[in-house]
Amino acid sequence: METQKTALYEYHRSLGAKFVPFAGYEMPVQYSSGIVNEHKLTRSSAGMFDVSHMGQLSIEGSKELAIELEKIIPIDLSQIKLNQSKYSFLTNEEGGIYDDLIVTKVEKGFNIILNAACKNNDFKIISGALKNKFKITLHKNLSLIALQGPKSSQILEKIISGVSSLKFMNGNKFSYNGEDVYITRSGYTGEDGFEISISNKLALDLAKKLISQNVQPIGLGARDTLRLEAGLCLYGHDINKSTNPIEANLKWAISKRRREEGGFVGYEKIKSDLNGSLSRLRVGIKPEGKIIAREGVKIFSDDDNEIGSITSGTFGPSVNRPIAMGYVKLNFSKPGTKVFLEVRGKKHEAKISELPFYKKNYVR
Amino acid sequence: MSEKKYSKQHEWVTIEGDIATIGITTHAAEMLGDVVFVELPEKGKNVEKEGQAGVVESTKAASDVYTPITGEITDTNQSIVDDPGAVNKDPEGSAWFFKIKIKNKSELDQLMSKANYDKFAKENPN
Repeated sequence: METQKTALYEYHRSLGAKFVPFAGYEMPVQYSSGIVNEHKLTRSSAGMFDVSHMGQLSIEGSKELAIELEKIIPIDLSQIKLNQSKYSFLTNEEGGIYDDLIVTKVEKGFNIILNAACKNNDFKIISGALKNKFKITLHKNLSLIALQGPKSSQILEKIISGVSSLKFMNGNKFSYNGEDVYITRSGYTGEDGFEISISNKLALDLAKKLISQNVQPIGLGARDTLRLEAGLCLYGHDINKSTNPIEANLKWAISKRRREEGGFVGYEKIKSDLNGSLSRLRVGIKPEGKIIAREGVKIFSDDDNEIGSITSGTFGPSVNRPIAMGYVKLNFSKPGTKVFLEVRGKKHEAKISELPFYKKNYVR
Repeated sequence: MSEKKYSKQHEWVTIEGDIATIGITTHAAEMLGDVVFVELPEKGKNVEKEGQAGVVESTKAASDVYTPITGEITDTNQSIVDDPGAVNKDPEGSAWFFKIKIKNKSELDQLMSKANYDKFAKENPN
């Protein structure tokens, strides 16, 4: 398959982007100032992320659609309010996760944001489950631009009036250059911010306006360090087809009614986990020294038994230390538990940690 | 001190008597991005030309550091272990990695001049 480019590809190049192939796209991994600078600027000011590679799906329908979607997505779609967003996932027969996603209730039905690497498969799964009863579109003419950081609201308000009144995990339709854009107050950095769904034609115009307001362009490199500090999962690493939402510590994302009633794909498989008989749990991990434990590193107990493995690990620029996430056996999951990480043949002490590593207050 | 020489694994070498000082090139540091972790060999260890002698990690990934010279490690630069960011600031100066007692001086002849290395790095960016 030929590598795809987003509508902003040439603009990224002009801003000094270094590109990497990611999920079939040529995406900026960093710009000239580097990952650590980009990371810190997002936390102190505002950064712009082109996330147009992600899937933007819309499905038209009302009550009947909510009932059908609930069979594959374990949230309470009968309770979701107009313009409210919820984090959830597509579960599989084994109780694992096909993808994690954000569902937003809109006037015509639901908008769903999907991971780039999963979007085509997700489309097949969702349209298969809905049996052609509803109009479903995976938009190719839409870009997605995220603006993240404490100054996001004041900056975007100057460009698109009204956005600053949005609450976290809520969205609305706004007008930009005479076109409708859909904006949610959400993101993947642990900062306040917005995700703007805009036509490919207008994306460049908006991106240039943001940059002219002293917003820094941010690549996938800093996106990864930001989300890891915020304790957020990266699909394909921290969660995948064979991790279930309960052991992934994402039980909070399944509404109470759905936990009790089930009625979604894979429910029977995760029922016992829901009731507390988990074998493993996703946790935060802080190496004691400077050592960085990356995906695949084995985790050992104090008495040298293998108890799990790392799924993501890096250096966290804002917490100024190495950080990681991984799965450990349940009885080693308590924050403060001493563990050992085997990196390049040597065992290094670490402690199980609370998540997130970095905490910020969202606008609620 | 001798003229600086360069290896195909993107290390630089300077010679004083029978001691070689080795670090990674400015080009290598730029390619790595922000260095956040450095692991150096132990003093007294014998290393072989083109063998692994250390590790540098950026936020993105870990990379091995090789030695272009065979010999015994006589000194290591603890300051870059404590402050890995120094590797980006002064890679070909204060952020040297280790010193080696040279076993075989003829290995030096296989290294490149600055002009040749710059050409090589342009053609082999990674």
